[in-house]
Amino acid sequence: MTNPSPIWVTGVGLVSAAGEGRDAHRAAMLAGAAPALDDATYAPFAIHPGPALELDRQIPKKGDQRQMEPWQRLGTYAAGLALDDAGARGLVAEMDLIVAAGGGERDMALDESVVAALGHLPPAEAATKLNEMLASGLRPTLFLAQLSNLLAGNISIVHGVTGASRTFMGEEQAGADAVRVAAARLAEGRGQAALVGGAFVAARWDLMILYHAGGLMRRAPGWAPVFDRGAAPGAIPGTLGAFLVLETAEAARVRGARGLARIRGVACEQARRDGADGSAAAAARAFARLDLPAGRLAVISGATGVAGPVQAERDFLAGLGRPVALRAAGNRLGWGAEATFPGSVALAALALADGVLPAAMGDGEAAFDGPLTDILVTGFAGWRGEALAHLQAIPAEDQP
Amino acid sequence: MNTTDHRGRPIVAVTGIGLVTPLGFGVEANWAALLAGRSGIRRITRFPTDHLRTTIAGTVDLPEEAGGEVLTSSDRVRLMAQRAAEEALAQSGLPSPFPGPLMLGMPPVELEWPGRFRLAAETGEDAPSYKALTEAAAGRDDLYRTTAFAGIGEQLAARFGTRGAPIAISTACATGASAIQLGVEAIQRGETEAAIAIGADGTVQPEALIRFSLLSALSTRNEDPTGASRPFEKSRGGFVMSEGAACLVLESLAHATARGATILGVLRGCGEKSDSFHRTRSNPDGGAVIRAMRNAIEDAGLTPADISYVNAHGTGTPENDKMETFGMRAVFGNDAPPISSNKSMIGHTLSASGAIEAAFSLLAIRDQMLPPTINHVEPDPAITLDVVPNVARPAKVVNVLSNSFGFGGQNVCLVLSGAPA
Repeated sequence: MTNPSPIWVTGVGLVSAAGEGRDAHRAAMLAGAAPALDDATYAPFAIHPGPALELDRQIPKKGDQRQMEPWQRLGTYAAGLALDDAGARGLVAEMDLIVAAGGGERDMALDESVVAALGHLPPAEAATKLNEMLASGLRPTLFLAQLSNLLAGNISIVHGVTGASRTFMGEEQAGADAVRVAAARLAEGRGQAALVGGAFVAARWDLMILYHAGGLMRRAPGWAPVFDRGAAPGAIPGTLGAFLVLETAEAARVRGARGLARIRGVACEQARRDGADGSAAAAARAFARLDLPAGRLAVISGATGVAGPVQAERDFLAGLGRPVALRAAGNRLGWGAEATFPGSVALAALALADGVLPAAMGDGEAAFDGPLTDILVTGFAGWRGEALAHLQAIPAEDQP
Repeated sequence: MNTTDHRGRPIVAVTGIGLVTPLGFGVEANWAALLAGRSGIRRITRFPTDHLRTTIAGTVDLPEEAGGEVLTSSDRVRLMAQRAAEEALAQSGLPSPFPGPLMLGMPPVELEWPGRFRLAAETGEDAPSYKALTEAAAGRDDLYRTTAFAGIGEQLAARFGTRGAPIAISTACATGASAIQLGVEAIQRGETEAAIAIGADGTVQPEALIRFSLLSALSTRNEDPTGASRPFEKSRGGFVMSEGAACLVLESLAHATARGATILGVLRGCGEKSDSFHRTRSNPDGGAVIRAMRNAIEDAGLTPADISYVNAHGTGTPENDKMETFGMRAVFGNDAPPISSNKSMIGHTLSASGAIEAAFSLLAIRDQMLPPTINHVEPDPAITLDVVPNVARPAKVVNVLSNSFGFGGQNVCLVLSGAPA
């Protein structure tokens, strides 16, 4: 463990409002424009809706498709894209799987009918009738589509990924810890490949109700850059499936797989965000555990647009005392909750593979030219969690 | 003393245990009840059970709800986890702020019906849409705190001063074991000298009960609550939902001995293997559960012959117990060690069970006693194992294998042993 193996990202599986796959996301990064926005269907909230998926391409059995709702389908689909992108189908039997998961879809029509029928009754009477309505109204298989760990279960069933299987829960920070633990396990020699990521469907009132309770969502029509939402702060949810295939460099080279980027380090903290324990200071503690080269810093930020954490991120970056070229993943993908951090890492890996930082969007994103060798990925979660990752370009001579 | 294991990793000791189950609060109360073969299963009184196929469960009555308050599952999970952690931390003697991370095994949580009805009332509408409910939720940070998946971990981390970001994990019925495994790995990697691992569940509420019921997973032996959980027995008809929490304080053996802590045992090995066969059933070839058991034994540097006792997953569903028996025979052959199911007494505590059963495994080693599988009236001819029927018994217990097999094919096994000589 004194000489841990380098960890490479050998494949990415991305599905977002910008499209699906490497090429769609490369194009979106170069275009420097926000992805499709729907500010009517979920008004007063805007979302970035996901693309229509040809599910058969990644989930060939209709029976499997029927056992899932959109969230699990999206994640299973994106996981399959990542496996194909890495050419790693042959590794699945012993591949680690770490999924950052939210909850699956509720039957919203049933919920609304129950609320309408029972909402005005005295609690005791409502409780009795609730049993009756749920026992007759809930679809038996819906439970499995709701269970958080069943996204991982479906990935195992559909794609045959059957090494370790872990499901982390905890919004954005779960995505960051998933990447951190997956990389750490490989680095210490527990396995040679890992599939890690998450999925998030923006078009869901059953999640919006929670995020709005937490004050996380932007309540305004139209779009504004993540770092320029002073008038109407908050996140614009974006449908996002984001999976990464991680491998030890040695294992990747042996099978002739090129790496997109090297993960040099991931560090997670969680400030109480009270007067005594601030978010910027927590991120600074995490930064101290990384080893980024001096000089100008390219940053792909998982910023939400929520006022407090955005300010904390500004303070943290200012505290580094060096020029920063900031790019918000949210400007390209929207806010993807659990999928945000894996999605940001995926964008960073693609950018490093091409040697091109995404085109600047808005006043908050300074121009960047010159060689792109290192990227800091940030994840200041909307409610709790500060996470950083250092990704580095892989020198041509290290590739197979 | 050697403080590294056969793979050169730091040995992971347990220096604190805390338990909350339907059998009571605290390690000693629970252990005494378990050895006495007492069942904690009873009729549900927390909510009306009209129209339900199953009306029994294991439930924990918390002091915080003594006045008739209706707590959400999220609050119940947090309060039981907190209680278990307080007991374990006091025993460990480690300070607050705690010098390591929190690994929390917990169920998914969400907005529940009482909360949904309250939001509906605030809309002033007869039939409010989700959009109207969402608008009514504006500014309800309290609601977010109980429904965000990060909420419980954040509150526990704040209370105990754990380091870094808490990890909340769910691997269905293997969750508690996965939480322990995360803590063990963090210590083995040298990320930390100590970690708090908790498994907690508090989802005995109407919708969750109905969901399991619709999967035909639950026992409907409603007239005989204490006899309803019948792992390995011929007339077993499903598991009994339950709740509770266990906490293990994990610490590198070097760190624990240097500060003179009492070593309650060691987490000697962890093994996992997932299945790709079906969402709720194991592959009939038993491959994944067999591999999970073998991986744990191998990770511990042992052979099957070194295992003195197996703390079963033993849910009492026809399927699980058959598969577990099959797996036992594959791993241990004709010389399978005794195996017993704590779930016969406490029911299936779901996300907590892996942690609770790890705690009981350590107590079995401490007292050289095997807890029984109660309700063993008519043996199942297909189950040929020694299930320690009905009565606890003394035994030489050196290494325990604790099995946890989850929906979604997530299987985790732990090997626990006594303090190194």
